[in-house]
Amino acid sequence: MNITLKVWRQKGPNSLGSMETHQMTDVSGDMSFLEMMDVLNGNLIRAGKTPFAFDHDCREGICGSCSMFINGEAHGPGRNVTTCQLHMRSFKDGETIHVEPWRSSAFPIIKDLTVDRSAFDRVMQAGGYVSVNTSGETQDANAIPIPKHDADEAFSSATCIGCGACVATCKNSSAMLFVSAKVSQLSLLPQGKPERKERVIRMVDQMDLEGFGNCTNTGACEVECPKGISITNIARMNREFLSSSLTSK
Amino acid sequence: MSNTGMLKSSLAKKYFMALTGLFLCLFLVGHLLGNLQLFVGGEEGRLAFNNYAKFMTSNPLIKVMSYITYASILFHVIDGFVLTIQNKKARPVKYVVEKGNRNSSWGSRNMALLGTILLVFISTHMMNFWWKMHFGDMPIYKGVKDLHTITTNFFNPNENVMAGGAMALYVFAMISMSIHLSHGFQSAFQSLGISHPKYSPTIKMIGTAFSILIPAAFASIPVFLYITQA
Repeated sequence: MNITLKVWRQKGPNSLGSMETHQMTDVSGDMSFLEMMDVLNGNLIRAGKTPFAFDHDCREGICGSCSMFINGEAHGPGRNVTTCQLHMRSFKDGETIHVEPWRSSAFPIIKDLTVDRSAFDRVMQAGGYVSVNTSGETQDANAIPIPKHDADEAFSSATCIGCGACVATCKNSSAMLFVSAKVSQLSLLPQGKPERKERVIRMVDQMDLEGFGNCTNTGACEVECPKGISITNIARMNREFLSSSLTSK
Repeated sequence: MSNTGMLKSSLAKKYFMALTGLFLCLFLVGHLLGNLQLFVGGEEGRLAFNNYAKFMTSNPLIKVMSYITYASILFHVIDGFVLTIQNKKARPVKYVVEKGNRNSSWGSRNMALLGTILLVFISTHMMNFWWKMHFGDMPIYKGVKDLHTITTNFFNPNENVMAGGAMALYVFAMISMSIHLSHGFQSAFQSLGISHPKYSPTIKMIGTAFSILIPAAFASIPVFLYITQA
């Protein structure tokens, strides 16, 4: 298949960017989107031009590195897939495909399609951890009884790979889906109980400091999330934050 | 962590938005029940409506409720304005292509626009009726301010050349309110953390019914007054 690509080109964090057009011929439908981008970069290098910078790592949908806003949607038109799991057969022959970076003031562009997502790391550092006993007699996690429902919920929240698609998709660049998934995962389990109240307050404070927008419950994030994280996590965080704010010392 | 920190947070702004919004939903029900009396015609309807209007402007308990309503509207507007400004700032460079309709409803993405339409409507609506009733030069009928005549004449094409336009704008405002409520009602519960597979579907169902029935009932009144008096 033949496609027209319009890809965001931006030299550095402070430069002005614009869309650059490239024609791609003989694209296989079995290629992943990133493999197609590799071919484009190969062509550019052979022609003595600068390839496009983009993040990628595992290429099997679990690392959360790839981050492209394709044809107006985070990770493209597919559901429950990351960019690396998106195949070119999802597009039509002759189609024009727009590729942009995540856009949010909290995710500044480093170059082309690469953005700085360290804001997520700082939110995690603020409270996304649990205390463990280091006396040498650490209890086996399996020895702690956990209701099946809680374990399932925590696991489903833990599938968040921190790619930032929720922020990229949200019209307000809100990070609520990410932060609420992390808060939920840790607060649902007994291991997360000691820091439970402080955790949600600290993580929300850091989220606000980073300049993410406010959640207006459009629900767009859960539709575009490659891991299908539900906005019931956001409701849980709203509850946790309210009760923690009212009861913490 | 002090509670002042909580008040500044993005989540607290959402709690306020939800609480004021839900209170205004209650107000809508009360206001509608009063307005529905306009369907009662003749002398009986005129006296009943005027006495009701007098009660609504003089009863101390209603007065307290009305001040809470004014405060709710004010907070809802200011909070909404602050949230919108912050949210615009969070994405200074827009996407070249963005397909919001693939993942969310139009109403949920345009609450600020719909809210602004409603604010303009509420301002004109209060100038036309509330201001006249409180501070204007009102005709007196049987010892009571005759709000019934003011209202029915307002939507009477033989008394007011703008009656048709007023009715059309009223209906437009109610459509905007319907879309605003279709997202706002259930969204308020989500913001307050009230979400559970057991009852969330019911909340959504009530929200949908509320957002259709209440504005439709409100809009039916000027349409009724216009058609029956034309």
